[in-house]
This record gives sequence, C-alpha cells and structure tokens, in this order.
Amino acid sequence: MTAVIARGVSKSFGGYTALKNVNLTVEPGERRAIIGPNGAGKTTLFSMIAGQRAPTSGAIQINGVDTTGKRPDQIWRIGLSRTFQRNQLFQQLTVWENVELACAANSGRMFARRALDLEVASILDQVNLLDAGDERVANIAYGAQRQLELGLALAGRPKILLLDEPTAGMSPSETAFMLRMMQGLPRDITILIVEHDMDVVFSLADRVMVLNLGEVLADGTVAEIQANRQVSDVYMGKAP
Amino acid sequence: MSAAYIALKRQQRPSVAPRIWIPLSVLLGALAVAPLFGLPIFIQGLVIEILTFSLLALSLNILLGYTGLVSFGHAAFFAISGYAVAAVATHYTPDILVTLPVAILSAALCALPLGWLSIRLSGFYFLMITFAFAQMVFVAAFRWKWLTGGSDGMLVSGPTLFGTPVLQSREQFYFFALALFVICTVALYCIVTSSFGRTLIGIRENTLRMRALGYNVRRYKLAAFVIAATFGGVAGAANALFNLFIAPESAHWTQSAMVLVMVLIGGASYFVGPIVGTTVVLLLQHWLSSHTEYWGLVLGILFIALITGAREGISGLVMNLTGWLRGSARS
Repeated sequence: MTAVIARGVSKSFGGYTALKNVNLTVEPGERRAIIGPNGAGKTTLFSMIAGQRAPTSGAIQINGVDTTGKRPDQIWRIGLSRTFQRNQLFQQLTVWENVELACAANSGRMFARRALDLEVASILDQVNLLDAGDERVANIAYGAQRQLELGLALAGRPKILLLDEPTAGMSPSETAFMLRMMQGLPRDITILIVEHDMDVVFSLADRVMVLNLGEVLADGTVAEIQANRQVSDVYMGKAP
Repeated sequence: MSAAYIALKRQQRPSVAPRIWIPLSVLLGALAVAPLFGLPIFIQGLVIEILTFSLLALSLNILLGYTGLVSFGHAAFFAISGYAVAAVATHYTPDILVTLPVAILSAALCALPLGWLSIRLSGFYFLMITFAFAQMVFVAAFRWKWLTGGSDGMLVSGPTLFGTPVLQSREQFYFFALALFVICTVALYCIVTSSFGRTLIGIRENTLRMRALGYNVRRYKLAAFVIAATFGGVAGAANALFNLFIAPESAHWTQSAMVLVMVLIGGASYFVGPIVGTTVVLLLQHWLSSHTEYWGLVLGILFIALITGAREGISGLVMNLTGWLRGSARS
C-alpha cells in the first residue's frame, strides 16, 4: 500500500496561493526529500499531510486512508508523525517528561508503568539523550532540543515520519550527528524530509522532489535531480 | 540500558508531594481539633468561608494553572449549584443526600454544553465567551423569578439527613466543610498528578505539539472544563448550605474575577497556590474592612505588586525564599 499520496493538492491563504496542484506519491520505506527555495511551500505541504492545515482543494491519502481535512491526532493514529521546523517542545517539563507525554498517547494510556518507562528510556537512548532525562528542556542546548524534537516524533513508533528541516540552525558537527541518527532509523519507516543542507539530502534520500513557488519543478532520483539544469538554475541563478 | 538504570532515573525525578502535604496536613489537623479547644464561632465562620472559596479557587486552577485556559466565568457554576440546592430543598426535599448530588450534577451538566462551545476558542476569546456565559447565568438568576426569586434571592431550608435536621450548629458545619474540603482537595490532587493531569499540562505547554502527538486536545479541554465546574459546584453547594441563602450576585462577573485574583495572588503554578491566595485575600478583607472601607484598594495594590514583581504569586515567593535559605545554609 502506498504510504503517502497527494493528488492535485492546492492551498491558498486569502489571495496568495502557497501550493498549486501538487502531486506526490511516496512508497513504503522510501526516503523522500522535498527541497526548494524559501517560500516554495514545503512546510505548507507537510502541514497538510500531517493535518495541521486542510488543503483548499485536492485529496491526501495515508496508508490507503483518505485523510483530507482530518485532525492531526486522527492522522497520528494512522501512523504518521512529524517534527517541526521550529522546535515544539514542552519547555517547562524535563526531557524525560517530554518523551513520556509523547509515549503515553500511544495505546490509550494503558501502558503499564514499567513498560512506559522502558519505552521512554529506549526513545531517549535512540536520540542520545538518556543522560539528559532530568534536565528541564528550557535549560538544554539547542542541538539537544533538536534531538528531542526528533525523539518526540519517534515516540509514537510511526510508520511514516515527516522531518521538517531537522538540521536547521545546527553546527556542522551537530548536523553530522543528526544525519547519522536519521540514517540509523529502521529502513521500513517511510521518511519525508524537508532540508536545505544538500549533503544531508543527497546522503539520506532515495528520491527528491523540488518545489518552487508552490509548484513541482522536478521529481526524480538523486542522480536525476543533481543533473537537472532547471533545478540548478532555481538554486544558483540562471547561467548566462 | 539496564532496568536498574531506568529505576534510578525514575527515582531521581523530583516529587513535590511531601513538601506540600506535610505542612498542609499539619494545618488541617490543627483545624480539625481547634473547636475542641474553643475556637471562637466567628473564626469558625471565617475558616468555613476560606475552605469553601479555596475549593472554588482550586477548581478554577484546573483550567488556569494546569490547562492554561483563563476562564472568566467560573462563578457561574458556583451559582448554578447554589440555586440547585435552594430549588431542590424548596420544592422537593432538603435532605443533603439529595440536594448535594443534584447540585453538583447540575453544575457538571451545565458545563458540558457551555464547555463544548467555549473550548473551541482559545486565549482572549475563551476568556470573553466564558465571561458572556456567566453573565447569562447572572441575568437568568435575576430574571427567572419563578425559579430563582429574582433579585431577592432564595432562602435554603435547613438541611436534613433521612428526615433529621443536620448541620444545625456552626460547629457541625465547620466539620462538614472541613471534611468536604479534604476529600475534594485529595481528589483534585490525584487528578492533576495522574496521566490525565500530565496531559493537561502538556496542552498548557504546547497545544500544537499535543495534537501532533495524537492527543484529542478538545476532548481533554472539555473534560478539564467539566471537572473544574463539578468541583466549583461542590463549593457552590457548600456555600449555599452554609449561608442558607443564594442571590444572583454569586454569579456576577466580579465573583469570577475575585476567584481569578485569589488564584493569581496565591500562585497558579502551584497546587496549593489557590488555597494560599484565598486565605490571604479573605483574611485581608476581614481584617481591613473593620478598619477602612478602602480595603479593596489595599488588595488592588497587593495584586499589582505581585503580578509585576512575582509572577508565580505568594507560593512562588515562598518557594524561592526557602530555596534561597537552603542554598545559603549549605554554602
């Protein structure tokens, strides 16, 4: 079953059209990058897939279920989880409590205390924050907050993961660390990633979709996109 | 990653429970035996008032402090419950095993539709819609003379239990109010420390994220709204039974504002904050109003000072102070 299908999806904000007739098909286990200049509509597309915004027109299917206009929590239940471009964490709680909240939504709180603790610890281990469990989120470094952002999305054990610029604002060493973490994710998790760092894109993604001014400019394998003249024009400016 | 490591990690997570419960139990224990040592009737009345309004403030804090919803109409449920006691006692029976549950249920049932509509809005708009609903309750209490007695208010017949008059003396009511307060406070504490309570805190901290983590946020907000109204209803019923009278003023917006002020003065981010705030406000009111009619001015100045100087209220000040004292004792 296809993981994500978007058919003719458009989104307008008043008179401004953020996305125009976008088609997207992502197969299970695929790692798809969505790139494009600022304002191309990448985050808007993510918000419509994950349910934060409803499309103006078009339809979205996730794991074979029509999710057009569904709420984020309903879409989460189908097995889709997302991270945010700007960290969306529980600032006043500890790192442990953050992940605990994220894990507790699973299985309707029927998690036995011990099973929940094990789950939290295993997620923290996965994003390398096990030793920071007792720190308040407001007090940890930005890079660690970014890791926690990923951890919260992993907590639901999603089948489809949407990563919105996971390395935004990170130092080169933090970026390399985050990349290793993402590469280490199980291959059966479908990943959609919005990213500006081309090293990250080309070393993680199987396929790349390029958005420009709300429209799909190109869609293909990494090699195809790297060879695409139009794409380099958009990114580098037209060659004379 | 060993099981022992996880157990250690869990134990390290600080628990605030003992710090709160030791002084609170000592205080409540002292209050329980005080009448045996001749606590004056006047003071007993004051304690009953403080306990009742503390419960109202605690219930409001479920919304304000834990869920992050500023309700400006909490007095509506206090009044609805009070009127329900009066109406049931007048038309049916004054037996408290009937009046009390019916009153609390009335507050909860009214909170369902009002909450269902209110929680669709957030921030300032939530505040305004709860304010509007409370004013509607106030106007209804004022206009529906056949049910509420209008501006004259309503007398509540003396409560009975299986036909025998009960809670006749001030002292009996004192113990009744104390027991009610202890039961409700323990229940509220269990609620806010449960996984449900942690979910409410998550909604307060980041609603967008909670939705993305699979939580049906509206359902939780509605549950919080109804729980707050239910315990507000307990306070309203106790208040009506104590005064044996209920008037439209109990639903007035100034009443809702006063409870908000009590919570904020005490500290919304602490479980006991509302109790502290209510105690301070009511003691100030009683003490100052015997000296000057401008007691509201003093309360206003205290409120401004706390809001600008100590966002976490008196509880926050005390916690900072004890933390500072401990810190300096150690060094």
